[in-house]
Amino acid sequence: MTAALEAAEVGYEVFIVEKNPYLGGRVAQMHHYFPKLCPPNCGLEINFKRLRRNPRIKFFTCAEVEKISGRKGDFDVDVKVSPRFVKPECTACGECVEACPAERLNDFNYGLDKTKAIYLPHPFAFPMKYLIDRGACADSCSKCVEACKYNAVDLNMSPETVNLKVGAIVYATGWKPYDAGKISYYGFGRHKNVLTNVMLERLAVPNGPTEGRIERPSDGKEPETIAFVQCAGSRDENHQAYCSQICCLATLKHITYIREKNPNAKIYVFYIDIRALGKYEDFYTKVAQDENVVFIKGKVGEITEDPATGDLTLETEDQGAGKTVTQTVNMVVLATGMAPSTLEARIPSELAALDAGGFVISSVSETGIGGAGCARKPMEVSATVRDATGAALKAIQATVGGGE
Amino acid sequence: MAMTKKQAVYFCTGCGIGEALDIQALVKVATGEFKIQDVKEHPFLCSPEGVDLIKKDIEAGVNTVTIAACSERVCYGVFDFGPSVIVERITLRERVAWVQEPGDEDTNMMAEDYVRMGLTHAKAAELPEPFVVENPSKTILVVGGGLTGMTAALEGAKAGYDVVLVEKGAALGGWAGSVYKLPPLAEPYTEPEQNSVPTLTKAIDDNPKIKVYTAAAMESISGGPGVFEAKIKLNGDTANARVGAIVLATGAKPYDPKKLGYLGFGKPNVVTHADVEEMAKNGKLKDVKRVAFIQCAGSRDQEHLPYCSAACCVESLKQAAYLKEFNPDAQAYIFYKDIRATGKYEYFYKAVQQTGAVFVKTEIPGVQVNEDGGKLAVEADDIILGEKVTIGDLDLVVLANGMESTASFGEEVVLESEEEAAAAKEDEPAAPPDQIIKSNLLNLAYRQGPEMPALKYGFPDSHFICFPYETRRTGIYAAGAVRATMQVPTAIEDGTGAVLKAIQCVEAVARGEAVHPRAGDISYPEFNMNRCTQCKRCTEECPFGAINEDEKGNPLPERTRCRRCGTCMGACPERIISFKDYSVPMIGGMGKAIEVPEEDEEKPRILIFACENDAVPALDMAGISRMKYSAWVRVIPLRCLGSLNLVWISDAMSGGFDGVMLLGCRHGDDYQCHFIKGSELAEIRLSKVSETLDRLGLESERCRMHQISIMDYYRIPKLIEEFVEKIDELGPNPMKGF
Repeated sequence: MTAALEAAEVGYEVFIVEKNPYLGGRVAQMHHYFPKLCPPNCGLEINFKRLRRNPRIKFFTCAEVEKISGRKGDFDVDVKVSPRFVKPECTACGECVEACPAERLNDFNYGLDKTKAIYLPHPFAFPMKYLIDRGACADSCSKCVEACKYNAVDLNMSPETVNLKVGAIVYATGWKPYDAGKISYYGFGRHKNVLTNVMLERLAVPNGPTEGRIERPSDGKEPETIAFVQCAGSRDENHQAYCSQICCLATLKHITYIREKNPNAKIYVFYIDIRALGKYEDFYTKVAQDENVVFIKGKVGEITEDPATGDLTLETEDQGAGKTVTQTVNMVVLATGMAPSTLEARIPSELAALDAGGFVISSVSETGIGGAGCARKPMEVSATVRDATGAALKAIQATVGGGE
Repeated sequence: MAMTKKQAVYFCTGCGIGEALDIQALVKVATGEFKIQDVKEHPFLCSPEGVDLIKKDIEAGVNTVTIAACSERVCYGVFDFGPSVIVERITLRERVAWVQEPGDEDTNMMAEDYVRMGLTHAKAAELPEPFVVENPSKTILVVGGGLTGMTAALEGAKAGYDVVLVEKGAALGGWAGSVYKLPPLAEPYTEPEQNSVPTLTKAIDDNPKIKVYTAAAMESISGGPGVFEAKIKLNGDTANARVGAIVLATGAKPYDPKKLGYLGFGKPNVVTHADVEEMAKNGKLKDVKRVAFIQCAGSRDQEHLPYCSAACCVESLKQAAYLKEFNPDAQAYIFYKDIRATGKYEYFYKAVQQTGAVFVKTEIPGVQVNEDGGKLAVEADDIILGEKVTIGDLDLVVLANGMESTASFGEEVVLESEEEAAAAKEDEPAAPPDQIIKSNLLNLAYRQGPEMPALKYGFPDSHFICFPYETRRTGIYAAGAVRATMQVPTAIEDGTGAVLKAIQCVEAVARGEAVHPRAGDISYPEFNMNRCTQCKRCTEECPFGAINEDEKGNPLPERTRCRRCGTCMGACPERIISFKDYSVPMIGGMGKAIEVPEEDEEKPRILIFACENDAVPALDMAGISRMKYSAWVRVIPLRCLGSLNLVWISDAMSGGFDGVMLLGCRHGDDYQCHFIKGSELAEIRLSKVSETLDRLGLESERCRMHQISIMDYYRIPKLIEEFVEKIDELGPNPMKGF
């Protein structure tokens, strides 16, 4: 959104192609930003407002780039728009939800709860339009069609292809949490009380699946002892060799969530290095002063579950003490890092280049197709915004042909 | 030129509005009280048929359209009828129908009041016309010719813009120009990179769009975006440049190693990063064999620089790589707290580890550097081994000495004039002034001081995570290490981003539009100087330093510096500042349009002034979530609480309102106000009105303010309920009926 808005506010025409049914991306799923601990929806709201009042931006949701041809300054792009099964006439009145008998896992909340088959992606969704997960519907059901007074539901909607002519293409496709299930010795997916950091965001948020209660999935109890496992899948040749940059600060932030809600909670952080660059150091200093937070240098080897209590035991080499130590806690949060979305959903053009990790390394000003933000390398929110602002300039250069 | 208004009103009855409200009663307000003939209702106004209805009326001459339906946040595009039609929105759905009891008398009274408020505003509002300066300059001035500034200049020129690049040194390059090599900047991120400064310098020299001044500094900058007049001090001469926007990229200075005696500085062969670069360039590293690097030398240290200098870990890795380049037998020992080789620099860290460099985790103050028979020895507690280690026979000890922003050096400017000092004696609460450090970088001829306001540690940074180029001096964008400590790739990205913002600014000025966060807004404040009393509140309170003063104290607004928040309008006790679509009488009129029932009706009224950036969306979200709250409240959205004029509160209290509530953004150290000081200023103004109320015998508790964010929407019903209880406790406003 930043790349688009910044270019549009210079005066250029921009299209946003978004895969999700809403704009805002990963940050829409966050409770707070570090280190200010302010809500992402605040900044998103300003961006939506900028977008609403700017006639130079058009956007597509549920859309993916299918084909790119042409060259810098003159691209032809096919965008596949998947059906929402709800037409733009939707007023977001919500009556369809009352009528809908089917449910689906809520991907916005990382599967921690369910929505109806016809649903609003999340309370702040922009655009505020419903859609249907047709895979969740019963075959002959059309209750939502009947419930909609505005004739906005169309169960026969089919995919469309939109053709766009553009001068430059910025991939700002962001990241996905590294699949914690791949780190088999941590037991994610097997041990109920092993969560990932992004799931904790949804537990902390007041309009999330638990209305802001940080509780164990196994029994709904508030954990008294929590361990954070840093570099879960990052800085690891067997998983992702790079450092994901944000996970240290994300954990420090998560500690503030827990400590604010539970004054007795005891927290253990297993880490290799705490990477709080620049002024973020102040945030680390503040959190580290908390007597209930213990930082232990060492990489966690294995996590085992006590099936009776749901508690978890972490085995780690405490490099400080030079011996193997174990720590039993009520809940474990894996600080999983970021995998670029372009790792799986490759860019359909030879003018785009990726590194081994799937990050975009071609430059918009050189080949006409480049990356911005976490599509390019791991970075935190303010860095992605700066980078996207720069990407807008590179795109303009490619468009005006001033870049030669 | 004021247009002749032809008004029409459209009521949507869909989404439960028709079921909850007596629409005929609302129609009667429009036709009866406001004498509007074109009043229509539609069961689905945002449908193509509904919109066509409005379009037909516009074709027939209607130019002011009031839409009483849903929130403009939810349904926005369809009701845009172009720049020559005034569109007023009344949010019946989210602010009445979905939050009140359907069919209730009080619900309808609320809706009727919102219709009155909307129609009053629609009647008074005029179409804004942009303020376009004559012959605006689109040239970008870049102050600082280091890597960030050079990048900004070149990238700006590549996009087609003229650039003036001013560098204090004899040549371009800055700190990056002084190093042997740069850290890796591209795949595979394993080896130092050839220094790009000579290539960049040539590209700049060859680019006809860039005018370079070296051995130069800013003597003064006056004016505003599009019309900045920059005087550049050259060797015994002055050059003038008319520029549109500015990138401040003056970088950082290495932390003074003389303060690092506790880490051995002063002893022979205890050097800094900069010294090693010189040695590398002069080939003097080939005889160096054993070297210790001490990280965080001065950084992450409450006694020195509490922050992390961000670049030093990677710089030390780079210099460890130099050692091997010049002498394959060389051995590096790196004493560190955390190795902060973030992101892809992990590859570089790994590569340097593989060359045999030894890393010792320790606490940095605590490392001892000793002379060791002509050589040096470092003694430290190795946290990993759990024992004291001594590394001796060292040829060099390198202190990774971090950085300080060039904006942080200099005396703090005290802006208080004599009159202000006198005013301060009366103990009037005031917002803390901006910290302006006389760093001699820009020398702005601004009434509010010569440099960018500093945030913590003297960095002229943005306070916003989502808007890192938010600036408190419109059209001036800080980039690179002057703004925050950073690694080399970040500085390059930052220079690119900042020059885009500068370009955006000159284009917006040329169109007569505001820049962020009201990008695209063409309204601007007009000053009716006949009634000005030279009280200076507008100049002092403008968060962006947009208003200068003449010698008599008259405000001299620099229009292109204005961000259109209306803080000046809120500050002005004479109410001489107005926008075409937003003014003290216009907003005051909305409050006065509300019918306040007599005391015996037992229907209290509470007026809420809410910031449209967070509080109004939060109210919307409460509506979308179908939360119920008291029917006594009426909400007036403001551009920012900074535009709150006290007369609205005193009018409300004398008009019989039982309470006034302000909803604005968080202020203080972690402020979220998009206009920096707006909500804080509103709270200060509120404290002043409380004293007035006390004097009138009205309880000051009748006015309160809450700082809320958009995510606090679920708290809104409770906040309102608590206030209603308080008002019940206090009883009705005795001014009712007067």
